[in-house]
Amino acid sequence: MKCEIEQAGGSLIVKLGGEIDQHCAEEIRSNIDRELDLKNSSSLIIDLGEVDFMDSSGLGLIMGRYKKMAARGGTIMLARPKPNVNRLLEMSGIKKLIGRK
Amino acid sequence: MQNYMKLEIPSKSVNEAFARAAVGAFAAQTDLNIDELADIKTSVSEAVTNSIIHGYRDADGTIYIECVIKSGKTCIIEVTIRDEGAGIANVERAMEPLFTTAPDEERSGMGFTVMQSFMDTLDVTSEKGRGTIVKMSKYIRSGDEAAL
Repeated sequence: MKCEIEQAGGSLIVKLGGEIDQHCAEEIRSNIDRELDLKNSSSLIIDLGEVDFMDSSGLGLIMGRYKKMAARGGTIMLARPKPNVNRLLEMSGIKKLIGRK
Repeated sequence: MQNYMKLEIPSKSVNEAFARAAVGAFAAQTDLNIDELADIKTSVSEAVTNSIIHGYRDADGTIYIECVIKSGKTCIIEVTIRDEGAGIANVERAMEPLFTTAPDEERSGMGFTVMQSFMDTLDVTSEKGRGTIVKMSKYIRSGDEAAL
């Protein structure tokens, strides 16, 4: 699992990589939340470009960050999911939720 | 022709990756494509995660994994994941999309929905206090037959 975080303007950019499951979801969540609170970012961009595998633990992670951003009036964007990860996102309906903002 | 494998692992979350990789490696002897392989690996990950966090509630326990490949016109890959944990009181409710027993922990409640969507059959048997058996299968048509 890879989780690199950088702030650019008002956006927090999180680059995830490797395999995301329940084993590592908690660590990713606390890393993102710590930076979000520290930087007070108004938008969160999660770059999934290097994620090779994700299960519903990853969906929980994304839904949780969506709720957190929505609560502070911010936005969340998912970028570059691979086909297998994209199918999971499509199936869950999370893309519609995020699209609707 | 029939082939099978059996695995026994302790309910440690670090084994989620091993379980799905092992089943994926065994299933790879069939003619399955990359999407079908991903479907199986994701579904195994969901079932094993359920056993760890709901079945054994993060305590020590054993998870039994069995995979059977039945070759024929349509190849069938059957995966059974069994635990001797807490069991599920109401399987029907547990299988509803977004149902979760732990909303505060950011569970998506999508585990069974993922298994249902990504596999061709899903059968869940559970008894409270005795454990849960998740049996699921994927039908693999060979490239030639699929093109017909």
